[in-house]
Amino acid sequence: MTEPREEMEFDVVIVGAGPSGLAAAIRLKQLSPDLSVLIVEKGAEVGSHIISGAVIDPSGLDELIPDWRERETPIKTAVTDDRFVWLTEKSAFPLPNFIMPPLMSNHGNYIVSLANVCKWLATEAEALGVDIYPGFAGAELLVEDGVVVGVATGDMGIEKSGQPGPNFARGMALKGKYVLLAEGVRGSLTKRAIAEFGLAKESDFQKYGIGFKEIWQVADANHRPGLVQHTLGWPLQDTVGGGSYIYHLEDNQVAIGFVVHLNYKNPYLSPFDEFQRLKTHPAIKGTFEGAKRLSYGARAISEGGYQSIPKLAFPGGALIGDAAGFVNLPRIKGSHNAVLSGIVTAEHVAAALAAGRSGDTLADLDAALRAGAIGKDLHKVRNVKPLLSRFGTLFGMGLAGFDMWCNTLFGASLFGTLRHGKPDHATLEPAALHQPIDYPKRDGMLTFDRLSSVFISGTNHEENQPPHLHVADLALQKASELDVFAGPSTRYCPAGVYEWVDGSYVINAQNCVHCKTCDIKDPNQNIDWVPPEGGGGPNYVNM
Amino acid sequence: MTTLILAEHDGKTLNEATAKALTAAKALGAPVHILVAGHEVGAIAAAAAKLDGVAKVLSADAESLAHQLAEPFSALLVSLAGNYDAIVAPATSTGKNTLPRVAALLDVMQVSEVSKVIAPDTFERPIYAGNAIETVQASGKLVLTIRISAFTATGEGGNAPIEALAVPADDGRSRWLGAELSASVRPELAGARIVVSGGRALGSAEKFDEVLAPLADKLNAAIGASRAAVDAGYAANDMQVGQTGKVVAPELYIAIGISGAIQHLAGMKDSRIVVAINKDADAPIFQVADFGLVGDLFTLVPALVKALD
Amino acid sequence: MKILVPVKRVVDANVKIRVKPDGSGVDTANVKMSMNPFDENAIEEALRLREAGTATEVVIVTVGSEKSAETLRAGLAMGADRAIHVKTDAPRIEPLAVAKVLKAVIASEAPDLVILGKQAIDDDSNQTGQMLSALLGWPQATFASKIVIGTGSMDVTREIDGGLETLRLMLPAVVTADLRLNEPRYASLPNIMKAKKKPLDETSPETLGVDIAPRLTVLKTTEPAGRTAGIIVASAEELAAKLKQAGVL
Repeated sequence: MTEPREEMEFDVVIVGAGPSGLAAAIRLKQLSPDLSVLIVEKGAEVGSHIISGAVIDPSGLDELIPDWRERETPIKTAVTDDRFVWLTEKSAFPLPNFIMPPLMSNHGNYIVSLANVCKWLATEAEALGVDIYPGFAGAELLVEDGVVVGVATGDMGIEKSGQPGPNFARGMALKGKYVLLAEGVRGSLTKRAIAEFGLAKESDFQKYGIGFKEIWQVADANHRPGLVQHTLGWPLQDTVGGGSYIYHLEDNQVAIGFVVHLNYKNPYLSPFDEFQRLKTHPAIKGTFEGAKRLSYGARAISEGGYQSIPKLAFPGGALIGDAAGFVNLPRIKGSHNAVLSGIVTAEHVAAALAAGRSGDTLADLDAALRAGAIGKDLHKVRNVKPLLSRFGTLFGMGLAGFDMWCNTLFGASLFGTLRHGKPDHATLEPAALHQPIDYPKRDGMLTFDRLSSVFISGTNHEENQPPHLHVADLALQKASELDVFAGPSTRYCPAGVYEWVDGSYVINAQNCVHCKTCDIKDPNQNIDWVPPEGGGGPNYVNM
Repeated sequence: MTTLILAEHDGKTLNEATAKALTAAKALGAPVHILVAGHEVGAIAAAAAKLDGVAKVLSADAESLAHQLAEPFSALLVSLAGNYDAIVAPATSTGKNTLPRVAALLDVMQVSEVSKVIAPDTFERPIYAGNAIETVQASGKLVLTIRISAFTATGEGGNAPIEALAVPADDGRSRWLGAELSASVRPELAGARIVVSGGRALGSAEKFDEVLAPLADKLNAAIGASRAAVDAGYAANDMQVGQTGKVVAPELYIAIGISGAIQHLAGMKDSRIVVAINKDADAPIFQVADFGLVGDLFTLVPALVKALD
Repeated sequence: MKILVPVKRVVDANVKIRVKPDGSGVDTANVKMSMNPFDENAIEEALRLREAGTATEVVIVTVGSEKSAETLRAGLAMGADRAIHVKTDAPRIEPLAVAKVLKAVIASEAPDLVILGKQAIDDDSNQTGQMLSALLGWPQATFASKIVIGTGSMDVTREIDGGLETLRLMLPAVVTADLRLNEPRYASLPNIMKAKKKPLDETSPETLGVDIAPRLTVLKTTEPAGRTAGIIVASAEELAAKLKQAGVL
């Protein structure tokens, strides 16, 4: 497509209406009400691609909108009871709260739908004059003379054949003096920016997990609003990292979720089925008796932590939020840091604009973020992920707990700063070294298959468009992904996008929930996730 | 207290939808009259008179009614409405076209697509494409369209008198130019009485045709397909049944080599009878099938064609 | 020629609706809302007529809450010239009430043609167009798949059971759009931006003097009964026999 794009200029262009993008936009307008700030969001509306546990630490919101508690917000359920449990196949062993490092406490935190929090933040942003356009994906980074000058939204109406259809509408060039990439984990433009500007040269590679979430409507008797419970152990083997969460929200709703670290080795592992199996544990299934599953979703999360934070500023913009990777793994929280990174970055951008600058590299940004609250939050827990990777869940968690206490009490670690071993795509071992895993049959009441799960995620893509999952080399996919690794994409994908049918690779791109796991875990990095036509993807509600 | 049904017909024969609407109308508890409107409809009126439990048939025979246009049909019904407490039509394209006009002219709200009569003034009807059922209560004069897949047809056994009616004049602001009724061998998928649907298990476009066509021909059925079969190129896009394809509710739906992912079920779950033929006994399609046949479709489907002889 | 297109804000077609457990209705909190898909066909057709030089102005109108203005903006972004918002907080507005409101709007707007969706995908009533036509005394063509404008009249091809038929209507007339009428265009980002500045007038049912109180009482809303598994038969012959027995052959 070479047809020229219509162009518009703004002071700041933000890609992604999640916590970081919205926080940045709000802070920009708080500081300089006259700035023109635009957000594009690939979801059909704000929140439709947001999925998170979520127990939020309100520290970010306290900075952004100090009087948020006096406003009408969807932040309603304070954590009242915080439990940590080790599971074996038949039993559950609660861990006493006093052995937990204080940073792990959820006292003062809230159980929320992060999607609804984003919807609320969007109304706050719009009230300040921010322009938010959902349904438009940032499809291309516009780089001129080594400077990011804007983004282009995707073309609409390209047919399966790759040719423009009768309703073709060319994307638009949105130019900004600064461009903030707030795409969340493994953003497609972020990936380009990191490559283009070598942002990850001095940091460790990013590490990831895949997180699942279901919302259930439970019986009155099983509902304990404010209860937060985390588990480790079963059904994962000790060599596979991950754990579950169960959060009791308002209105008889309970969120249950599961995270599997994507550095697993066995290509037969199916994170989706591990999650389904988790719900059958005797200590868990009772909550869901007579309950109804309302929604389902999945999304990759960043786990690399402090060591993996890339350089944030690039000529003409910066990475913010989980595009950069600010999740605190042991706390399984990142949205507070996302908001804080949006705020700090906005402050740097506003100062630069006020000084008449544009299109340069925000020189002090990286140091400020690392020295500030985000750096402090992540530095204390920097060794947790490497310890889990090296020593397995049980012993690794013990060491990690010890290390977090040391960091908390003495501000130092016996281990220094441990490096990450291998990127997640390189950890899979050939199928020949492993046994297939026989997962229990789903009962359709408590456990489900992928397609009925995708169904309730509201996922939809315009059918007549080229697939947005690009396999660079199909022959390699067959020779390696299938023949050596026994087709792990058919198991790691939470939406049933990938199938091997009689030796040919079927890509059901319309099922894609935009979790990005394939982009991360494909053993040959042979799959590239690019944004589909704007508005496509899940339509999450209350996620 | 009398109920009037607008008969569904094609100008030659009485459509079964009338007998289904009759079943619903009888549940209102009042005597039922049937209005047969059209041109040269004597035989149709005679057929309506034979339906069991009909008290009277009204025959409105005029050239202006020949094409069943909404304007003269609704004018006729409104002229009769004073004698009736309920005006009922099957929710066919004629019924849906005509009855809301009658309701508006009588200043009452129509209850569309009644799927169950709970009480003479209380009805169930599907909303959100059948994903929810609403129970509504009406007051005063009733105007109802009847979801025909939700009712069985009333049989014959009556011998009602037939009364000829005077037909009001039409203003002629709407004129019929012509029709193009599907001359294709197979009925249109969306409105077919029987649908034979194939999945990816058919293996190729050639096999898809070779296996399904004889069965569809035998049953005068439309042919549908699962998304997997469409994506694999075995069937055309417009044959897709399911969440993102067509939603069908035929009398009989035969799913062949379709596993029955929920996305497919969303497009056919309102079918009256579902048959599944699949080699995988655990396929979800069997959870919704009235009759299941487990085995190799390449032998079972031809055997079914033969058994239907 | 002026075309009026009434539109409705509904739960987006991709959303899996949830019936509230207490039977009080369908949960629309935090759910994505969009323009009723058939109404998009109606606007598209009106825009094509304007682009072909047949129509001069496309006006869209909706009856609904504050939020319905978003739906009007979406229609303006597609290309409609201006919008009228008949604002009301009434929780339930029946087709008869909408038809009466539209009649009142038409009294002042005096369009030559009204095109609207054949039904809304929320309550699936399929009534408003027909009711409006009857109240106005204008000819109607429902379920349109093709429109050709002539002089003082129009030819409409409509989808009926078993095929198509073509009617000639004297103008002014009411047409309801089916999905095959056209493929609605995308609202491009530049057009969405421009739509923010297009005129959007507000009025209310009270101002128009229309009583919109519902006539029907909704007693409850429930989930449909799911299908249950039937029987496994042993052979094709047995299947054929069962089907004959069930009376579907």
